[in-house]
Amino acid sequence: MGEPGTKEILSLDDLQANAGFRTGRRHVLSILAENKPGVLARIAGLFARRGFNIDSLAVGPTEDPTIARFTLTVDGANHPIDQVTKQLHKLVNVIKIRDLEPSEAVSRELALFKISADGDSRSQIMEYADIFRGRVVDVSKRSVTVEVSGSDDKIEAFEHMCRPFGLIEMVRTGEITVSRGRGAT
Amino acid sequence: MRAVDAIMECLKAEGVEHVFGIPGGANLPTYDALVDAGIRHVQCRHEQGAGHAAEGYAKATGRVGVALATSGPGATNLVTAIADAMMDSVPTVFITGQVRTELLGTDGFQEADISGITMPIVKHSILIQDPRDIPMAIHEAFHIARTGRPGPVLVDVPQDLSRADITYEPVDSVDLPGYQPTTEGNTKQVRLAAKALANARRPVFYVGGGVINAGASKELVELSTSDSFPVTCTLMGLGAFPAPHDQWLGMLGMHGTRAANYAMDEADLIVCVGARFDDRITGKLSEFAPRAKFIHIDVDPAEISKNIPAHIPIVGDAKNILPRLNAEYRALGADSSRLDGWWERIRGWREKHPLGYEPGEDGEIKPQRMIEALYEATNGQAVVTSDVGQHQMWCAQYFHFDAPRNWINSGGLGTMGFGLPSAMGAKVARPAEHVVCVAGDGSIIMNIQEMATCVTEEIAVKVFIMNNGYLGMVRQWQELFWDRRYSAVEMGASPDWVKLAEAFGAKGMLIEKEGDLIAGIRECLDHDGPVVCDIRVTAEENCYPMIPAGSAARDMVG
Repeated sequence: MGEPGTKEILSLDDLQANAGFRTGRRHVLSILAENKPGVLARIAGLFARRGFNIDSLAVGPTEDPTIARFTLTVDGANHPIDQVTKQLHKLVNVIKIRDLEPSEAVSRELALFKISADGDSRSQIMEYADIFRGRVVDVSKRSVTVEVSGSDDKIEAFEHMCRPFGLIEMVRTGEITVSRGRGAT
Repeated sequence: MRAVDAIMECLKAEGVEHVFGIPGGANLPTYDALVDAGIRHVQCRHEQGAGHAAEGYAKATGRVGVALATSGPGATNLVTAIADAMMDSVPTVFITGQVRTELLGTDGFQEADISGITMPIVKHSILIQDPRDIPMAIHEAFHIARTGRPGPVLVDVPQDLSRADITYEPVDSVDLPGYQPTTEGNTKQVRLAAKALANARRPVFYVGGGVINAGASKELVELSTSDSFPVTCTLMGLGAFPAPHDQWLGMLGMHGTRAANYAMDEADLIVCVGARFDDRITGKLSEFAPRAKFIHIDVDPAEISKNIPAHIPIVGDAKNILPRLNAEYRALGADSSRLDGWWERIRGWREKHPLGYEPGEDGEIKPQRMIEALYEATNGQAVVTSDVGQHQMWCAQYFHFDAPRNWINSGGLGTMGFGLPSAMGAKVARPAEHVVCVAGDGSIIMNIQEMATCVTEEIAVKVFIMNNGYLGMVRQWQELFWDRRYSAVEMGASPDWVKLAEAFGAKGMLIEKEGDLIAGIRECLDHDGPVVCDIRVTAEENCYPMIPAGSAARDMVG
């Protein structure tokens, strides 16, 4: 790859190769930050600056109302994530960051599925919902809405099951995560 | 008292004596409070100038530079200066006026979301939402700007809140749970680094602006001279180690000396102190210092292993770490003679490849000669600021800085038009010393309006324009790497700089012959007031040596 100042014409393949450093490992970042306006924008900005897409994001207050917890999942290579977490640490409002290993943490996500349903399919959807320990939260003549919570794998599996019926809408909260054991996340 | 009066109390409590800025609608209250505050305000002619002046002030002293601007265009005009301060870690506080809170987000007159605009280029920013928070916000801003890795902090104050009546109580200390910079380096790491130094046969100290920011030049010199360690500095680090010293290799990087770059290339141990392995230093990253292990000392943990993996990282303040490393190193009693072979090699490079240029003929002024003459005429005792381009690199090569804070330039962002306003700030801070700005004829005009500030406020900066009629560095790249297809680099009809200077009410001078250089420069220095001196130099001189873009250090040309 030539420098921007040189005459070399870059092939699109070269550009692709240069961007191909992602390993695809999924990272769950758990961030504690001051509960103040603008903090989310600062955090998101550090990802945007590097062209990282945030796959899911959940924000909420913690046991201390002045502090908010941000749970972010990002698909990225190990090294670039490391740079982002270091940069996140530099944000004055950010108090703590953990890049959680899936084996050391418990993750949950809530999803709502609005599915096309008539007489026959309704009972089948409800059966699936039961298997996934989901709950039917709304029913109409032509639809049923199911609430499912669990790991993202489980939610994706349920999505897979209900798509053939006609998935009208899916809404997901984004993953929230807490570390295993007595210690704080 | 009014919130703006509290701001003045806070500034005074922070030791602020000078501020730079321009008033406008949204910061009318601030300027009203300034009348009786006993702080000298330098009224600039463009907010970018005010911002760079604050930077120049900070770089010349190590104190926090302060710039004030109004909302909207006043604030957006600060953006380049803020980005510049971020890239070069300059402790600065920018206080902007903002539209009244009821107008926020409504496209009010002169509204710009400056905290949003600057989010990626500030160390921190605070948008005031409650006037009672103002005193704490100002103190937090100063604390954040000057501690850890310094940088710019923006405080955006809506106009109505700045007029609020608040109870002011002095603030003793700030408490920021998310901001606790590490200052003391890890003892085990320091010990490890000392051992690595004692075992190294081809060590090099690679020193950046962080050492100057840390006020650790003395400690650096003590450590590097506790044995005969070769030292090279980055563009930002010049002056951290005295250039006349025997152990000095010259600057490293794209336009550094061969001795410095070759030493990096062959080193077995590189001790990086307060530098960040920027692409202008490393050239082709995969071929940078291929034989070396790295000790990386930096106050910013995000710099460690960002570009080059560090074998021994030490996070902390150089002023704290260097003396401890020195003590540990001395205790090991390493044999100095192990470095003899290394020095022989370095001396060979020095002798074979000294910095040099073809002297001019028939009185022609070579640009390198211009900087040498400036060095001679000032005896090296001057604060030198520059813009960005060839003249900047020649200053770095030919003005042998022997003390920190005498070289003020825009390294990271590379901001043309930085030189004059930053010189202004430096001269306000250090009025008894010569402050010279070396500029290009392409860059000086980018902030020439500040000559009016210099004349009005009696700030006697001396501007030396290295006039070659080109955007010289871009021309050089077009010549060398783009088949000499010159595109938009000729300056065409630049103003008559002498007349322009006189129109501002400053002294103007023209030097065209090499023989007139020294006397002419002295005349400028002796003049009691600001000067613009137009020096006509060789039009198409290239800055060498050079690591061509994307190449390795050992492939330097010129």
